[in-house]
Amino acid sequence: MIVLNLSRRLMRVWQRNLLVYRKTWKISFVPPLTEPLLYLTAFGVGLGGMVGTLAYDGAAVEYTAFIAPGVIAITIMQGAFFENTYSSFVRMYYQKTFDAMLATPLTLDEVITGEILWGATKAVIGTMLMMLVITLFGLLHYPHALLLIPAAFLGGLAFACAGMVCTAIVPTIETFNLPIFLFITPMFLFSGTFFPVANLPVWAQLLAQVLPLTHLVELCRSLALGQITVAALVAVLYLLVWCVVLFPLAVLGMRRRLIR
Amino acid sequence: MPAVIEVDNLRKSYGAFVAVDGITFAVQSGECFGLLGPNGAGKTTTIRMLYGFTPRDSGSLRLFGTPCDGAWRLLKGRIGICQQENNLDPDLTVRENLEVFAAYFNLPAAVVHERVASLLRFTALEGREQAGVRDLSGGLMRRLVLARALINEPQLLILDEPTTGLDPQSRHQLWSRLDELKGRGLTTLLTTHYMDEAQRLCDRLVIMDQGRILVEGAPRDLIRQHVGESVIEVVAACDDLRRLVQERALDYEDLGPRLVIYSGDGESLYRELLAEHCHEGCMLRPATLEDVFLRLTGRELRE
Repeated sequence: MIVLNLSRRLMRVWQRNLLVYRKTWKISFVPPLTEPLLYLTAFGVGLGGMVGTLAYDGAAVEYTAFIAPGVIAITIMQGAFFENTYSSFVRMYYQKTFDAMLATPLTLDEVITGEILWGATKAVIGTMLMMLVITLFGLLHYPHALLLIPAAFLGGLAFACAGMVCTAIVPTIETFNLPIFLFITPMFLFSGTFFPVANLPVWAQLLAQVLPLTHLVELCRSLALGQITVAALVAVLYLLVWCVVLFPLAVLGMRRRLIR
Repeated sequence: MPAVIEVDNLRKSYGAFVAVDGITFAVQSGECFGLLGPNGAGKTTTIRMLYGFTPRDSGSLRLFGTPCDGAWRLLKGRIGICQQENNLDPDLTVRENLEVFAAYFNLPAAVVHERVASLLRFTALEGREQAGVRDLSGGLMRRLVLARALINEPQLLILDEPTTGLDPQSRHQLWSRLDELKGRGLTTLLTTHYMDEAQRLCDRLVIMDQGRILVEGAPRDLIRQHVGESVIEVVAACDDLRRLVQERALDYEDLGPRLVIYSGDGESLYRELLAEHCHEGCMLRPATLEDVFLRLTGRELRE
């Protein structure tokens, strides 16, 4: 059992990151606005014509409508994971921002929690921007699709925690290539993002069920297509458990790394 | 009034390496106290323990009369720290650096506004509020670090090598700021590698080596005790001079061609040397803290 030393002051860390983000929003807004355009044209238009429709929860779904929520889930994953790996590492190691914070009444637990909440927030911002674009394509079913926003926060938290665990461990910034190659990229491809998990061999299906992106894709897809499925509820539960396990690991890992 | 810092038998090891090996000292209110020592002496580790960054292995630590354990959040609100590395926020402007830091202390907005203005004035950073930290020179960065450390109006200011790498102008400017703070009664703990700086700023100091305190006292007293009033330096000592210092059992150090003689009353000896033994390259100068430091910690390189 670990005791976390947290107070509301952790939001000051979050606010610091928001302040910096606001300075560069014009650049930060570009990827989430253009990415869905690229994916939907390349896969949706290019590949969609060949694929036609897919069966989803007993109904036929256009290929573009199928991959749109997959693209959102990928954005959530990457937004949070990259924020709490590369960006957090830069703040921790190169800019010594955490050291400076620790000379104030902020605790390390608050710094790390504030960073993780910020990572999840970036996932939410990215999702909302993407939703604007995808809505123009008419691929989101409202009002259900509004739940994508809290879903992005939950998924964002899950990947933010995972990112922070990596940041606590990696010796150098280049080492992030490893979790990206072994964890992020396989999920990007095999978590039901661009084709149903059911198309995979059984062993790979089972493996996919262990991965958090599979569940996040499931959740996003069910909300985007306007139906709350059992799989979506399982996904929420899975992501919650994932956070409950990884968040303390992230804090403990960072304590071990920085308090000496 | 209780001492601002009371350290008793403080220890910290990293594996087999003992960084701080049972040190004891106290810093009184209003004092400027120096921690000196060669690299690896344990100064920064000590400082980090003093503000709760590094957990100590053993020993007791009280700040403002309060035992530190479990009270760090409150205590850190009363301390200002200039860490050794410039860890200003490079993503922010000068003004934002101060404002964001103030937010970490939960200072109310009205207070922050006023304090930022007065600190910018105090550190002569007015007119640069909007400058990015990346565009500042070393001297300006250091001034901003000082301003940032004062944002919470601390009762204890901790400075870890505040003037390393600064040009003489910036150094003197910083010293005058520190003088002014001292005039207001601020207690300061300082580490530095510059002995002139320590001599100029510190009321009392300790010289540490290998995690232990070697001596403690006021700079003038330490100089008098360990070196004397003056020092004679001979650039290229000849053999009969070496014989002379040995015969008279003078207090000296032989540094190859160079000879350093610690003479209680240097004046007459100096005249004698000048007249009879060396006609040039012989110099009489007042003893400094650097002489004390080198005598106590030796001349071998540490790293």
